Amino acid sequence: MSAKGKTLYEKIWDAHVVAPLSDDASLIYIDRHLVQEVSSPQAFDGLIERGLKLRRPDAHIAVPDHAVPTFDRGKTDPLSMTAKQVARLEDNARRFAIPYMAMGDDRHGIVHIIGPELGFTLPGVTLVCGDSHTSTHGAFGALAFGIGTSECECVFATQTLRQSKLKTMRIEITGTLQPGVSVKDVILAIIAKIGTDGAKGYAVEYTGDTVRNMTMEERMTLCNMSIEAGARIGVVAPDETTFAYLKGRDWSPTGDKWLQAVEAWRHLPSDPGALFDKETSIDVTDLAPQVSWGTTPADCVPITGQTPVSALIKDQPAQERVRQSLQYMDMPEGANIEGTPIDQVFIGSCTNGRIEDLRRAAAIAKGRRVADRVHAIVVPGSEAVRLQAEREGLHETFRQAGFQWRQPGCSMCVAMNDDRLKPGERAASTSNRNFEGRQGPGGRTHLVSPEMAAAAAIRGYLTDVRTMMR
Amino acid sequence: MRPFKTVTSVAAAILQTDIDTDIIFPARFLVTLDKKGLGKYAFYEWRHKRESRDTFVLDKEPFSGAEILVVGEKFGVGSSREHAVWSLADLGIRCIIAPSFGEIFYSNCFKNGVLPVTLPKDAHAHAMRAAQLGETLHVDLITNHVAIPGAEAISFEIPADRRLALLNGLDEIGTILADHEHAIASFENRQRQSAPWLFSDTDF
Repeated sequence: MSAKGKTLYEKIWDAHVVAPLSDDASLIYIDRHLVQEVSSPQAFDGLIERGLKLRRPDAHIAVPDHAVPTFDRGKTDPLSMTAKQVARLEDNARRFAIPYMAMGDDRHGIVHIIGPELGFTLPGVTLVCGDSHTSTHGAFGALAFGIGTSECECVFATQTLRQSKLKTMRIEITGTLQPGVSVKDVILAIIAKIGTDGAKGYAVEYTGDTVRNMTMEERMTLCNMSIEAGARIGVVAPDETTFAYLKGRDWSPTGDKWLQAVEAWRHLPSDPGALFDKETSIDVTDLAPQVSWGTTPADCVPITGQTPVSALIKDQPAQERVRQSLQYMDMPEGANIEGTPIDQVFIGSCTNGRIEDLRRAAAIAKGRRVADRVHAIVVPGSEAVRLQAEREGLHETFRQAGFQWRQPGCSMCVAMNDDRLKPGERAASTSNRNFEGRQGPGGRTHLVSPEMAAAAAIRGYLTDVRTMMR
Repeated sequence: MRPFKTVTSVAAAILQTDIDTDIIFPARFLVTLDKKGLGKYAFYEWRHKRESRDTFVLDKEPFSGAEILVVGEKFGVGSSREHAVWSLADLGIRCIIAPSFGEIFYSNCFKNGVLPVTLPKDAHAHAMRAAQLGETLHVDLITNHVAIPGAEAISFEIPADRRLALLNGLDEIGTILADHEHAIASFENRQRQSAPWLFSDTDF
């Protein structure tokens, strides 16, 4: 804490310290916990083995999202491990009286999409989930971070976690985005600039006029990928946009409590004189759409750019990594990235599976056809997103263009269900990770925005969506 | 949890940097309800590369029995999957030495009796060379040192409370409930007053 005032992170941290544990670590109270089928079974087992009760059932929501099928759900083999994981989550939710969002329920979807949709995510809270993209919820001015399964068990049993206090980093974003450029491009450019560990050890706060003008969905995309820059936490100060989004949602406070909550939330933004341990800025006025060429999210260039030349990289391990990355991706050195042929397109995920994402992709797809050799799927992030998209006719736009319209889930972002790349296949994907094998063993991923993914599907190769804008 | 005091072992060297948890534990094996017996999935793609003629280090003698890994920087970035640690622990890995770690992976190590040691680049390079030569390393959490044959011992830093928990094999949940139950209850009582909208059961 600085003498001149506190940052948003410091305010929420200070308000949640239960007990100090060492010089840098404290026992922190956890207000909210999102539970999914893949990272929770062993945590529930631990609780059962200890004979402990779950301390606060009202502080949790359970939803299966990671491995659920996105089509032909009726044909799922109940003996498959995927079905068993889902059944186990449902059993555990019932046993411990946690609200459970079943597949097909109007409230079902990816954890990081439904938390905000339900108003379960609120400003000023500490929120955790056994999933690294929990940073998404920082868009509301919450301290939200991914945890391991042992920590999930700890939250079940104690509603607390041992946490080291992070340093703070401010990333100021200024300027107005050009048509065809979106927040996905902004966060990819930030990660390319600071590196995959550029924010490691820091809680990032995104500030600046660009952020103030963003919708909540855009702020979520921004905070979602904080982890790809090494930061477990990325936050945006809550404001009128935040309050307007939350008002009237299922879990949002009502009546006097709403007024009381908003009054408290207005005190959350960082004080004007608050000092950050590290600061950086980016002007996005001239930003071009970004696309990744390698196997970390920092390996991004503008669509007008080229792959790197490894011999020009002085640091030996970095040179070796770039060489191996390009080899894995089967990309030549120093070559234009535009024009790279693709096999599959994935539009969805906790990064880009919201209604505004689908609208932007549909605007590009409208009246056009997916290239013959391309397999393209659109996976809404939640039932609410799917239903809204269908009310707007977006599903018809996609279908007529040759995209498959699916049911919600993590799908090809994590490739735990049948949605995955075959060895050697190349995808343009709106997801968050281009790691080796992330979208299927031997698969190759190029990270892009929803409009860039739609453009790649139509042309059959990585292309500059700005040349397709009407 | 199994206590960690010292480990003396050959160390398996993996030179690559940026080894994410998808590489350590591919996602398709996450459809499991267990945390035991996952070692067979560790580095699955790298150990089963069809085109590669090189045997993966953990499948080569004497490194198949290594209890120490020396790896490149940013080890364990990405997904929060604790399966990455469970699978390495199942292979008998007790200590991982790197210039830096992904934060969630780092935290997950401590829950499973695995010691992550962060070394500065020069010291790390030294440990990496020794590992590649098949030398026996000695990692000592009592004195916070890594000993390499024929060289001065290298000290490392680790948060005090985590060190104590590892040394004594403390159960974190048991410890929290024993030491802080009262503090947690007091916190909840205070928060019910200051932020009643966070408690559904305060509705009347």
